[in-house]
Amino acid sequence: MYNPYIKDFPILKQTVNGKPLAYLDNAATTQKPDCVIEASSRYYRLDNANPHRGAYTLSVRATELYEAARETVKNFIKAEAAGEIIFTRGATEALNLLAYSYGMNCLREGDEIVISIAEHHSNVVPWQQVAAAKGAKLIYMYLDENGDIPDSELEKKITSRTKIVSITQVSNVLGTVYPVKKIIRKAHESGAVAIVDLAQSIAHMETDVRDMDADFAVFSGHKMFAPMGIGVLYGKKNLLDAMPPFLFGGDMIESVSEQMARFAHPPQKFEAGTQNVEGAAGLSAAIQYINSIGFDSIRKAERELIRYTLERLSENSYINIVGPRFSEHRAGVISFTMRDVHPHDIASILDADGIAIRAGHHCAHPLMKYLGITATSRVSLCFYNTKQEIDRLAESLKSVRRRLHFES
Amino acid sequence: MNLSEIYTEVIAEHSRSGKNKREIKNPDFALEGMNPSCGDEIKVEAKLSGEIITDIAFTGSGCAVSLASASIMADLLRGKTLEEAEALISLFLKMIKGEITNEALLDELGEAVAFENISNLPARVKCAVLAWHTFLEAIGAQRGEK
Repeated sequence: MYNPYIKDFPILKQTVNGKPLAYLDNAATTQKPDCVIEASSRYYRLDNANPHRGAYTLSVRATELYEAARETVKNFIKAEAAGEIIFTRGATEALNLLAYSYGMNCLREGDEIVISIAEHHSNVVPWQQVAAAKGAKLIYMYLDENGDIPDSELEKKITSRTKIVSITQVSNVLGTVYPVKKIIRKAHESGAVAIVDLAQSIAHMETDVRDMDADFAVFSGHKMFAPMGIGVLYGKKNLLDAMPPFLFGGDMIESVSEQMARFAHPPQKFEAGTQNVEGAAGLSAAIQYINSIGFDSIRKAERELIRYTLERLSENSYINIVGPRFSEHRAGVISFTMRDVHPHDIASILDADGIAIRAGHHCAHPLMKYLGITATSRVSLCFYNTKQEIDRLAESLKSVRRRLHFES
Repeated sequence: MNLSEIYTEVIAEHSRSGKNKREIKNPDFALEGMNPSCGDEIKVEAKLSGEIITDIAFTGSGCAVSLASASIMADLLRGKTLEEAEALISLFLKMIKGEITNEALLDELGEAVAFENISNLPARVKCAVLAWHTFLEAIGAQRGEK
């Protein structure tokens, strides 16, 4: 079947180990379309200068590019103002910014931070550090047998002691979509602020931070077709205004005397040092690319790929899918185990067939421990993948046991 | 890359037989090795009589490469002195790095030469050396205590 998107991604046109590349590790990072590569390189060929500094034409252009990208991000996630968009290196840095700037200043001894057991390490470790430093407690919401967070967990864990609820929208291991709107409502009823990790959802479903009523949201550019090293922290204006800076230095100040400094207002307050204009230009192009396809088409293409992948994987009696069955809402992150075979061996064998998948713990040790498994193989899909690639995946998986010298 | 050079029958056999995968009662030393990038965990235990390794075994979880490598190492080092074990481990690690040009030197490694081509799978080198690095560290710690 013809896939109209492949031609946009130059990297997909190559062979790996003599086979056409089937890139099925999109939850780790997505590939970049020509328009993004071009936007970043055009910046260096035509517009490079230090933004926010010079009075000359190039610097003005760099500033305009950077600030236009902020506007593009604002519209993309339906924020109220561009000043609520802070550029970071990625979701991890955005969560660290929140942990240091918000957590360290707003938490008191005995306060509680609530996360789910399905969080990526980036939404676990910073909160462990804050909790240890402030005498706060890190509380986990656990999953039911379907991988969902039951309402009873929300009721039990989010209480008047809760000051921060930080939750991923999509599990990077299970592909479960969590009801962030409901969780945020519960957080607000309890007087807590709510943070949403959009890393795994941002490229695959429409985001509306105001409809969600998220206080903060984070995501990485590289998981949405943009370059690595650019990401976003969204925050409600009143909260950002009240928070102290995270990093100090140039570009985040209004004035500096020998002993004191006056800080700029958000977003500059949180953007110390020369910023990643190349990344912002690429992110802006990536958003335009996503918009040109539209989430209706993205979702439709990916939903069919998800359905087909689950169907083909279930044909293999040695495979056990770790995560929910197909549903309209399931995300395209599909983890599985194979009887007697370690995920790394699977990944190496698939690599020999030109198929790239992830194997391991997916930066989610607490979840793996909770599920009682040490590692999984993970296929993660994007609209540029094809059913032919999934057929190759299924065939390659069928050969794994034979190639490892099992009897059958 | 020829995958069958890596997933040989020797490696398949060792990774599944479990013949060296067990706990040792009252071990003289034990050390856990972790591969943080993939979560593999292997604990190597050994029993000594003077300088001689009278028994060596491992427990833990990992891929075929790391389990087979641990099992082959146990077979190779059982009955050796600590000094001999160190020399063999160092030879193994050099082989993995491709630093041994004289193939004859590798005879001493027995079945462990099965990993000679693991550098063709750079992502898997860490799996192949996990148990060996762990045991080398355990020997070092043992000497430090004396």
